[in-house]
Amino acid sequence: MNTKAAGYNYAYLDEQTKRMIRRAILKAVAIPGYQVPFGSREMPMPYGWGTGGVQVTAALIGPLDVLKVIDQGADDTTNAVSIRKFFAAVAEVATTTATERATIVQTRHRIPETPLREGQILVLQVPIPEPLRWLEPREAETRKMHALEEYGAMHVSLYEDLARHGRIAKTYDYPVLVEGRYLMRPSPIPKFDNPKLDRSPALMLFGAGRERRIYALPPHTRVESLAFEDHPFEVETWEARCRLCGAEDSYLDEVIVDDAGGRMFVCSDTDYCNRRQAAQGKPNPEMLGGKA
Amino acid sequence: MASDTATPLRPGFADPTLNAQQVFRRLLEAMAQPGTLSELDCPLEPPRPLAPATAAAALTLFDGDTRVWLDGQARSPEVETFLRFHCGCPLVADPKAADFAICLAWPQDFGTFAWGEAAYPDRSATLIVQVERLEEGPGLRLSGPGIRETAEVAVSPCPADLAPRWAAMRAEFPLGLDLILTAGRRFCGLPRSLTIAEA
Repeated sequence: MNTKAAGYNYAYLDEQTKRMIRRAILKAVAIPGYQVPFGSREMPMPYGWGTGGVQVTAALIGPLDVLKVIDQGADDTTNAVSIRKFFAAVAEVATTTATERATIVQTRHRIPETPLREGQILVLQVPIPEPLRWLEPREAETRKMHALEEYGAMHVSLYEDLARHGRIAKTYDYPVLVEGRYLMRPSPIPKFDNPKLDRSPALMLFGAGRERRIYALPPHTRVESLAFEDHPFEVETWEARCRLCGAEDSYLDEVIVDDAGGRMFVCSDTDYCNRRQAAQGKPNPEMLGGKA
Repeated sequence: MASDTATPLRPGFADPTLNAQQVFRRLLEAMAQPGTLSELDCPLEPPRPLAPATAAAALTLFDGDTRVWLDGQARSPEVETFLRFHCGCPLVADPKAADFAICLAWPQDFGTFAWGEAAYPDRSATLIVQVERLEEGPGLRLSGPGIRETAEVAVSPCPADLAPRWAAMRAEFPLGLDLILTAGRRFCGLPRSLTIAEA
């Protein structure tokens, strides 16, 4: 097969590696929330830049796919741009910034505001897949804890937060229980995005390159954010709205705009914000100029 | 003499890279949305008695790293030659040792295959079970991850005691087997996470 990046196989990975990853993905889908070990490869980018997500995407992607890549919600940050260009070169796929047009969305640290639909696949980049890792450093032990559903340590950790701060202080990578069985780290998405995991119509695949794990949430899977009866799970809210598009329902980034402490809040999801602005008739530089 | 008696070798995928990618996506859809049938979209003429979907799943998932077991009906010089040549997979005699199995008849006992270990439930077999017919509609009622409420799929032939046998396996979750049902060019995934009842 001819590819623009001569000398590389289609989608960068060799076929045997793709098969190994594909087998791991199928097992991950069959056991929702369970971390399947896989033989993670060296990728042309450092660990921490989404090598797990890139390998999952490479095992999935075909010429008919439309790929969107976001980093912290934005389509135009370094990580997102370079991964998008990588797949445009090695897999000859169309890319987009519009969430609803994408067949595969690879993401770091956010789930898009635009609701995902059936048939779409969300690929999440994961730094640390093991939810119990900071409570128990030994992999053999955490494996055993998952096998025995021994998740008391996590509840104690959340309770310690309550005792110390009066609330659960975890704001991102907030632990969830999948189908009442496996404790799972949803990757460092803000807890604001946790409700989007529950019964999502889209398939969600999680890839951790350095830690060599793949896990999955099939569509319509029950995902419960851990909480206590008297301290139910809550997401962040803001007094502010997005300065650019006025959204009140989206996750906001705080941006420092000058040296005098001036700041503003804007949507973290650039696609959502840009299109809201366009609908309000505001000029949008991204839509006026050419863009990769 | 050798050329006269050599087993004929059927071709594999016309485009191994592209076709494997397409078939994998159909398999992923089948596994992620059980009850929603997906269909093979590339030409393939496998050795009899393998259906195109069965052979496509094999070409997509098997290689030198996977031990494959064939049931009595699937075992033939032509099938073995096909798998050895295109997949390079070791064929094993012990079903317990298999990562994948091709079953042209429903296995009598799911327990003859590996269900994984408590710490590593993924170290379990995936069975490709070829049947005559797969249709969406009354038959088996599926529920669980991947399904909004319930899904119905008609499988024939289908053992009369599938639901209780599946329930016995489901009680051991996360241990268990994952099934890929095939018929003609169709796939239907039955991951171990499902609950199966007769509709």
